[in-house]
Amino acid sequence: MPEETIATFTVRSLRILDERGKADEALMPPLSEADIRQMYELLVLTRTYDERALALQREGRIGTYPPVKGQEAVQVGSACALFPTDWVVPSFREMGVHFTLGYPLDLMFRYWAGDERGLVTPANLNILPICVSVGTHIPHAVGIAMAAKYRRDPVAVVAYFGDGATSKGDFHEGFNMAGVFQLPVVFICQNNQWAISIPLKGQTASRTLAQKAIAYGFDGVQVDGNDVFAVYRATKDAVEKARSGGGPTFIECLTYRVADHTTSDDASRYRSPEEVAAWREKDPILRLERYMSGRGLWDEGYGAEVKRKATRAVDEAVKAMESAAPPEPGEMFEHVSATLGQRQEKQRFVDHPPAPS
Amino acid sequence: MPQLNMVQAINLALREEMERDDRVVLLGEDVGKDGGVFRVTEGLFDRFGAERLIDTPLSESAIVGAAVGMAVYGLLPVAEIQFMGFVYSAFDQIFAHAARLRSRSRSRFTVPLVVRAPYGGGIKAPELHEESTEAFFCHMPGVKVVIPSGPYVAKGLLVSAIRDPDPVIFLEPTRLYRLIKEEVPEGEYAVPLGKARIVREGSKVTVVAWGSMLERVMKAVEGYDAEVIDPLTLSPFDWETLLASVRETGRLVIVHEAQFTGGFGAEIAATVAQEAILYLRAPVVRVASPDVHVPLAKLVEHYLPSVERIRGTVDEVMKY
Ligand SMILES: Cc1ncc(C[n+]2csc(CCOP(=O)(O)OP(=O)(O)O)c2C)c(N)n1
Ligand SMILES: [Mg+2]
Repeated sequence: MPEETIATFTVRSLRILDERGKADEALMPPLSEADIRQMYELLVLTRTYDERALALQREGRIGTYPPVKGQEAVQVGSACALFPTDWVVPSFREMGVHFTLGYPLDLMFRYWAGDERGLVTPANLNILPICVSVGTHIPHAVGIAMAAKYRRDPVAVVAYFGDGATSKGDFHEGFNMAGVFQLPVVFICQNNQWAISIPLKGQTASRTLAQKAIAYGFDGVQVDGNDVFAVYRATKDAVEKARSGGGPTFIECLTYRVADHTTSDDASRYRSPEEVAAWREKDPILRLERYMSGRGLWDEGYGAEVKRKATRAVDEAVKAMESAAPPEPGEMFEHVSATLGQRQEKQRFVDHPPAPS
Repeated sequence: MPQLNMVQAINLALREEMERDDRVVLLGEDVGKDGGVFRVTEGLFDRFGAERLIDTPLSESAIVGAAVGMAVYGLLPVAEIQFMGFVYSAFDQIFAHAARLRSRSRSRFTVPLVVRAPYGGGIKAPELHEESTEAFFCHMPGVKVVIPSGPYVAKGLLVSAIRDPDPVIFLEPTRLYRLIKEEVPEGEYAVPLGKARIVREGSKVTVVAWGSMLERVMKAVEGYDAEVIDPLTLSPFDWETLLASVRETGRLVIVHEAQFTGGFGAEIAATVAQEAILYLRAPVVRVASPDVHVPLAKLVEHYLPSVERIRGTVDEVMKY
């Protein structure tokens, strides 16, 4: 047999809203005006929270914080496509997903202020705790999907992670297993171009991240991550496919981390101000405002009102965070296991006694 | 002599070893252009270039695994794991390979590798950024475990670690990175591996502590006739120095920030029980963190042994 090509592949990219805010109507998902307004309000809420978190960190009122600025559309757009019965397996830079699904802002503040109780997901939400160890949560999403399939439950499981996570073994092992068992899982990568100081090309020699899915036997698409409609549509298609037994999908969302990696980082050490400025131009909120304004859904007055409402919500969350009683030392023993061992009992009640009341 | 903090001392050790020997290469996440998230490798990228300061993808297993390969080929790699809490996915490479290749090949292939990692608590960082699981590594033959407690020893120990023919896990207490400045000579000096240091002489009680706990112990023993021993290398441990001291003082307090159960203190206590029990006037006591996960900022200081808790324990032991 002569040498011949036995496999080729194509990677599709999706954008609905261009940078000037013009939408490709043929691709627009069915969204009411109220839906669009709600997306806008969630984007603004996420940004308002983010800006406040940075300010609080500088004042020493919360700890290290990873800003989401510039990535809000990936988070809000994808989460808007989820049902309450779906499951979310986040990493640590998806606060917009949390807020879209109704995670209380004050809880999130408490977590970043160094209080574990901030990660107690409300009972109506299927969101796993924030995962700090990059990429290691990806197999959990695969396992949840496996269990849902076993139970014949029509749910989709969504894992979020960054471009850096695609270099971890757990990413590859998780993807492979999702492909082998054709599981109802959707992998969403916020490709924000950087993993701390490492640019995407230091992370992979692949032309796209999306194409990595192909090697594992399922679809990978690339979407403009600063286009809330494209992200929403790609996610909606993928979760519907998952819920109806069509198997996994990988969605690579092209976006940009406009701020520092975290409040401990100084991004000016490794990237140019020109690059950052160019991406600021592609701001997802600005883009949606332009679109809405073209449809008569946005004007300065409405924009200001949305901002005021978001600011009020954030103010209240800060108040709630700061008026929450600090954890008792005994708290650290509470959730290690269902029951304490003999030595832990002693450590808790003799070595770390509760404060006298 | 320049006054350096631990970050600068480690940086100087790396720079001098790289100048001296072109087999020394550094690899890890953000170690190059960014100079490391703690700035430990600051300036080295400009001096030695991308070939020797390798900014890797986010792949702990491949960082250590590739470093094993480099070492086998004759280089002297220094791999950085950004925080100790992220070393777990590299365990396979450390335990199944770095630690065993010499043995597996009957010394035909060796792994002169250093794995550096910031470790320890008290810096109010996110989850998994404050681990101290040094005992895991001490359980495995074939790897050395080294923990400096200040700038001077950090430089000398790292030089020894790089020159050591076998894999060395080098754990840098983050809380001390910028806390202490000391005179650190430029140029050659090595602090040997496997040799403890008597930091303070005394005759009534021996206190052994490493890493960031040493700083607290030194405050806690003020006013006591205490001998303080800093092992510097946990594995292989300098038993002779410790046992000689305990036979002299008859009392031993062990302080570590790792969780109590299965911490390296257990190994020390068991060895003293076996080798020196007849010299003891008081029970051997461990001051350690409780058997829970390292809490976040709001509770971490309740978790870590405090100066007061250490002093209280020394006081108790002195009553015997
Ligand atoms: C396993 C692991 N290694 C290293 C780190 C330190 N670290 C935290 S975030 C990060 C970069 C992550 O990049 P990416 O996956 O692109 O996510 P982004 O931060 O851009 O959202 C690194 C190296 C970590 N948290 N976990
Ligand atoms: Mg990234």
